[in-house]
Amino acid sequence: MTPLLSVKGVTKHYGPHIGCEDVSFNLYPGEVMGIVGESGSGKSTLLNCMAGHLPPDAGQVIFDTRGDGPRDTLTMSEPERRMLGRTDWAFVHQHARDGLRMGVSAGGNVGERLMAVGQRHYGDIRTQATDWLERVEIDCDRVDDRPTTFSGGMQQRLQIARNLVTGPRLVFMDEPTGGLDVSVQARLLDLLRGLVRDMGLSAIIVTHDLAVVRLLADRLMVMKSGRVVEAGLTDQVLDDPQHAYSQLLVSSVLQV
Amino acid sequence: MIELKDVSKTFTLHNQGSAVIEVISDVSFTVVPGECVALTGASGAGKSTLMRMIYGNYLTQSGSIRIGDVDLVQSEPRDVIGLRREVLGYVSQFLRVVPRVPTVDVVADPLRALGVPVDAAQARARDLLTQLNIPERLWSLSPTTFSGGEQQRVNIARGFAHAYPAMLLDEPTASLDATNREIVLSLIEEAKARGAAIIGIFHDEAARARVCDREIDVSRFTPKVAA
Repeated sequence: MTPLLSVKGVTKHYGPHIGCEDVSFNLYPGEVMGIVGESGSGKSTLLNCMAGHLPPDAGQVIFDTRGDGPRDTLTMSEPERRMLGRTDWAFVHQHARDGLRMGVSAGGNVGERLMAVGQRHYGDIRTQATDWLERVEIDCDRVDDRPTTFSGGMQQRLQIARNLVTGPRLVFMDEPTGGLDVSVQARLLDLLRGLVRDMGLSAIIVTHDLAVVRLLADRLMVMKSGRVVEAGLTDQVLDDPQHAYSQLLVSSVLQV
Repeated sequence: MIELKDVSKTFTLHNQGSAVIEVISDVSFTVVPGECVALTGASGAGKSTLMRMIYGNYLTQSGSIRIGDVDLVQSEPRDVIGLRREVLGYVSQFLRVVPRVPTVDVVADPLRALGVPVDAAQARARDLLTQLNIPERLWSLSPTTFSGGEQQRVNIARGFAHAYPAMLLDEPTASLDATNREIVLSLIEEAKARGAAIIGIFHDEAARARVCDREIDVSRFTPKVAA
């Protein structure tokens, strides 16, 4: 089977400092991979390099495109990469405000992605937008309200709806449950798991919450100082960590 | 169906003075379809460790663990994920679920992951929950607030939802009353009858004697502690 995403030797330096160094892995359709590590370990740098938000210094990010098969997204033209970002890729930011347009209604936020891929029929767009708001458990009578009137958890769910409405195949998530209270986190986890299963999504989730990765991710990568120190099945890495840093990370979690 | 050959495992505790603990060495045995094998030995002998190695959440340093035609020790994560989805079931002692998910969906989840339609998967889940005496009024609630015995039965229902050709059971009858224990034992017998290869840990000797064809004493694989 062709990997959906194949990352080869991705490296990013910030002057003399290492952002991430020589990261390689394959992600297959329907897989969810977690990336954990302390803050400053290069998780977000790596995610941004893969998603095309940051140009890496070296390496390849090969995506299995619908039309032309595997292509290196780093050597694509800017319009092609942007198109990918609007159709097959989605990016869920840690802070919903970074991924939403705060001055536009909730329905508009979702509909905008559809218009960006060429839909023009207002009725259809509105129906799909309402449908997605329902799926992420936002009351449809809030469709004309701006996200500024939403709570943090609702904004995060709106951001997810906006990202998934175009049926992407790969979702990048940067701390999707960070900063949310636990009851909202649980709701979001349930939602994400259902979407992964029913839509066959692949996802890469950066987080520092090990409980979240255990429930969501099939595979796990542990990063430290810009390098991947351990990778494998999620429960294997969490139950039987091999590297000194992974052992420290796992044993540092407080029991509830 | 399940074949272990010269399997060994050590733990290295990097943050505790790099202590190396040799837990198990040179394990070889085979479990054929329709057979149930009990792992025995005192607490700390390595029964659960061995079982987790067979499930793949403990890494095996050397040897091979073949389940069907897949060698777990050499496999890529995604092959192990596929194996667990289709071939290898595991009933652990603890139920681990996404909070807020209704019990019936927790039980139906392994079938949903195999692509079984919602209705059929939920029908199977309801059937198992009925068999295991979980009251219907609890089905729409999350099992996180259930009693220990109820959680254990939900866990068993989940583990038996799909007819796995190979199964690992970690104390399936612990914390169950006589009636439910009987039901679980008959589920195990049914699984054997359809040809599942089963490895189990049972502290309940009567249960072990009833469903298991053979016993393997794990303590003989445990390296002797140097004086």
